[in-house]
Amino acid sequence: MRVVAAMSGGVDSAVAAARMVDAGHEVVGVHLALSRSAATLRESARGCCTVEDAGDARRVADRLGIPFYVWDFAEQFEREVVDDFVAEYASGRTPNPCLRCNERIKFSALLDKAVALGFDALATGHYARVVDVGGGRELHRAVDPAKDQSYVLGVLSADQLERALFPLGDTAKPQVRAEAAERGFSVAAKPDSNDVCFISDGDTRGFLSRRLGERPGEVVDADGSVVGAHAGTYGFTVGQRRGLGLERGALDGTARYVVEVDAAANRVVIGTQDLLGVDEIDGTHVRWCGAAPAGEVSVGAQVRAHGEEVPATAYLVGEDQLRVRLASPVRGVAPGQAVVLYDGTRVLGSATIAATDRVTRGDG
Amino acid sequence: MPHSTVESTPVTAYLDHAATTPMLPAAIEALCEQAAKVGNPSSLHTSGRAARAVVEEARERIAHVLGARPSEVIFTSGGTEADNLAVKGTYAARRAADPRRTRIIASGFEHHAVLDPVEHLVCAEGAEVTWLEPDRDGHVHVDDLARAIEQDQDSVALISVMWANNEVGTVQPVAALAALARSHGIPFHTDAVQALSSLPVDFAASGADLMTVTAHKIGGPIGVGALVARRDATLVPLAHGGGQERQVRSGTLDAPAISAFGVALEHTVEHRDVEAKRVGLLRDRLAEGALAQGHGITVTGSWSPGDNERRLSGNVHLLVPGCDGDSLLYLLDAAGVECSTGSACQAGVPQPSHVLLAMGYPEAQSRGALRLSLGHTSTQDDVDAFLAALPAVVERARRASRSA
Repeated sequence: MRVVAAMSGGVDSAVAAARMVDAGHEVVGVHLALSRSAATLRESARGCCTVEDAGDARRVADRLGIPFYVWDFAEQFEREVVDDFVAEYASGRTPNPCLRCNERIKFSALLDKAVALGFDALATGHYARVVDVGGGRELHRAVDPAKDQSYVLGVLSADQLERALFPLGDTAKPQVRAEAAERGFSVAAKPDSNDVCFISDGDTRGFLSRRLGERPGEVVDADGSVVGAHAGTYGFTVGQRRGLGLERGALDGTARYVVEVDAAANRVVIGTQDLLGVDEIDGTHVRWCGAAPAGEVSVGAQVRAHGEEVPATAYLVGEDQLRVRLASPVRGVAPGQAVVLYDGTRVLGSATIAATDRVTRGDG
Repeated sequence: MPHSTVESTPVTAYLDHAATTPMLPAAIEALCEQAAKVGNPSSLHTSGRAARAVVEEARERIAHVLGARPSEVIFTSGGTEADNLAVKGTYAARRAADPRRTRIIASGFEHHAVLDPVEHLVCAEGAEVTWLEPDRDGHVHVDDLARAIEQDQDSVALISVMWANNEVGTVQPVAALAALARSHGIPFHTDAVQALSSLPVDFAASGADLMTVTAHKIGGPIGVGALVARRDATLVPLAHGGGQERQVRSGTLDAPAISAFGVALEHTVEHRDVEAKRVGLLRDRLAEGALAQGHGITVTGSWSPGDNERRLSGNVHLLVPGCDGDSLLYLLDAAGVECSTGSACQAGVPQPSHVLLAMGYPEAQSRGALRLSLGHTSTQDDVDAFLAALPAVVERARRASRSA
């Protein structure tokens, strides 16, 4: 097959590309230019968008003896991922930009371009498995639970999966690093990038503040009394405990958490931990990896990257509205994140969390 | 057919001479011959004197074919350094002589080796700049320079306009521009890097005060060039040290590279007229062939068949509507045709071409840019290979662009 290997400059995508070459595919390495700002390219210390990262990827391609190109997706990335990220925060939600990037950039703009140029498939360094079954393909968790990234791929459709290759899904991360070292890749010991790639200094609140400006408002207690001030609701996420800027500490000595971000009222609601438990989730932007299940299904639900999976039931209540009932309450479920549904290790589909129902005090 | 990493790769049509040219065998020979010898040209002993003789002989040959005096040739590491020395060195010297001189006049589609030093002076030294915008055909006008000077003639530190543009290959009226600058007593610099291989570049006749040349665009080695500077041109050095090259460019002289530069330039100039005609014919066939295929392809910058005076004989610049340059580049590369989307200096990160933007093309239109540059190794086979690959390449690239 003719395969585009997306190469970020990190160790995972380097080994993924190498494995594709070993498998006998005709491989071309492609680095995505996601920012046109030269300053950002030069200054960014982490992530995957610096000139240094592109250079690292290029050196791996050199070693593999494969052609290497930088393709410009800066415009689409800004529009589809960064603007959406800002807008979601402005609306009081907590988006996952990696998920969005996979859906709109990597397995959409990039994959479509590759197919149009005559390629058969796209290989990435994601930790997940694609399993061929009779008449289709399934997405499964990686064998290394610590690195599993099926959550951020939960938005992919069956069509997108048809052309996706994840050569690392059956390998644990330490082995990938060892393999990179064996292959002589300079990136073998390069640290993982865990941050939002377009926020080079890791300061999400600062980034949003530059985009959205200051929007001062009140921090209120669950009973409505004002307990502090904020500079913009976009600085807060449900379940957050630090940086609440309270004028006075909790009188009863217990910790306070963000329990609601109400952007419309420009208000952040805080409360005690027992107010965080959620057992019902309404999701929109429903994506099924394959056919939509009929009626109510028993699933495992994961509500954030690297979160625990909990037993749940899920059913459609409208054309693009999913209800997920969790068997036991989960704390810190933030609207804007995805709820990804599993059947064993298999990804069934996903939805974006639109609303949650808190467990009443008595039940929690 | 697409490239393959395992099976034999197809024969390559190298159509990127504006990026760098294959070295001439005689230049390789001169380079190796001198590389095998010891001797710092500044040393006073026998080996040093021998190396010095090689450098000076090359200097004389280079000066001779460029219409310059040997003392006017300042060897540098290449075009970028020569441009930097011309812009920053002249600016500093001229402003030191008269603090009112803080303005630079330059064309808006100069190579980055001129643009970026100018912008650096604006940011770091408080310089002002008046850009001369080229017309849609890629030419700067003498009237525009006259107006720019007349805004405040005493404030002008220097003027810089390239001899020929590196992306679209259009030739500028250097002699007229230089004469105007001279009549106002303002130093005039021209970057002749691209012009050297195909136009009669005569420093004295051009009337320029400073002129940039480089070896690797004319079959010489990468890493050596020169700033040709009139003896009355004052320059503040960029690098201070041993005081080589008129105290203007310190650093041990690279005798092997300079020797090869001399050989390559002499060879190029000797064959230039014949080569320009031969290569110009290939250029015209390539452009005509591309236009005949339709696809809405246009030639950027003034071009008419047989005209090697307003456009370099080796340059074809095409806009392919509905395509992204990087797709075109990939597909052509896979088909064994090597070319570029514009200048090769962007290190693989796609940027809209400042040359096309300066010529008034909107960003969207400048996306499907393709520069095919021919030179001393180019043949009809190269042109045929490109034209044979083009239809499928455009079709694919267009599909890829639509999908994005």
